[in-house]
Amino acid sequence: MELLEVKNLSKQYKNFALQDISFTLPKGYIMGYVGANGSGKTTTLSLITGILKGSAGEVYIDGHSRGEDECSYKAKIGFVGDDCHFPDHFKIKHIRCALKDFYPTFSGEQFNNYIRSWKLPENKLIKDFSRGMKVMLMFASVFARETKLLVLDEATNGLDPVMRAEVLKLLQEYVMDGEKSVIFSTHILSDLEQIADYIYFIHGGRTVLYDAKDELIDSFLLVKGETAKIFPALKKELIGLDENAYGFEAILPSDKAELLGNDFLFEKPTIDQIVIHYIMSAGNQARTE
Amino acid sequence: MKIIISNQSELPIYAQIREQLKEQILNGQIPEGETLPSIRQLAKEIGVSVITTTRAYSELEAEGYIATMQGKGSVVLATDNSLLREQYLLRIEEGLSTAIKTARTMGMSEEELRHIFNNLLET
Repeated sequence: MELLEVKNLSKQYKNFALQDISFTLPKGYIMGYVGANGSGKTTTLSLITGILKGSAGEVYIDGHSRGEDECSYKAKIGFVGDDCHFPDHFKIKHIRCALKDFYPTFSGEQFNNYIRSWKLPENKLIKDFSRGMKVMLMFASVFARETKLLVLDEATNGLDPVMRAEVLKLLQEYVMDGEKSVIFSTHILSDLEQIADYIYFIHGGRTVLYDAKDELIDSFLLVKGETAKIFPALKKELIGLDENAYGFEAILPSDKAELLGNDFLFEKPTIDQIVIHYIMSAGNQARTE
Repeated sequence: MKIIISNQSELPIYAQIREQLKEQILNGQIPEGETLPSIRQLAKEIGVSVITTTRAYSELEAEGYIATMQGKGSVVLATDNSLLREQYLLRIEEGLSTAIKTARTMGMSEEELRHIFNNLLET
């Protein structure tokens, strides 16, 4: 069963266009939405959460579009972004009151449990919270009510490694019952890569790659070696060729591995390496055009 | 049951899980009839994706090490000890092949290689 279905989503701006984004995310799975700055990640997520209206296309959460019943559509979504969306002069008690009024499923008790276990200060103003405290407060506000889809836009930026690890556990617990899903956007995958089931990679508003993460890693090799040894048939297949004075690095589709022979070193790439070389190859093409 | 994931390994994560479970099933550390943790439980515990653990389990199932029953989870099946022997044999052959290959690369004679082998056996 699909929890999130995005169909041919497009958004036209003066200087930027998000073009024909389509994917599905089944119940109980986690998707990493990856791309460089300005590639269209936040635009896509804002179209999903309903902050923006698309020029074309449709989004369904649990089978329902925003147009059918906007209130229940938005109630299914929990959003944590890069910025803290709570007013600076609020304290935790004010937030608790506000959330209670906004969301019928909000549980003050659950909220308090999170506040206690993450040791968030009850008597400080939000503006005096550290970045980590603000992020955890946003998570507390989302986890204290019933949602179906967690949308995270660069939410773990600026968190220390210990807190990042904590957030990873929270996300995995969230999808544990197999009913809810997570989509997160990021430009640095590293630790998040480990828990993502699917990867959607966009560049310049267009889809570059979209697959199950394990499949994606299996379908590429990271190749290194002496630049002089690259022959034309291989060069044609290498993606994002990055040369330095002593050698080169590029990625190669795994089904072209027989081209390599014994002259090159090849290894399993990380998602980051695949993304970087794809962005490089887009840059190389733009320069030759 | 224990699972240690290495990010440096050439083996993909699902294969690391599969191999480690297989070894523990074969040497009896995970006994026949034992129920493995659920796919989602395991994914959460070791911090990998659900698709990764699903693939590890379905390959173990295809190879006859476990059986997954609706509502009951994945149960370890009886294993044949000859399988264990076969696994170890394979590993010995792999190790020896590497040694032979390295020896040939440096142009070592077979006699010299046998000598090293015999010496090592005696230690």
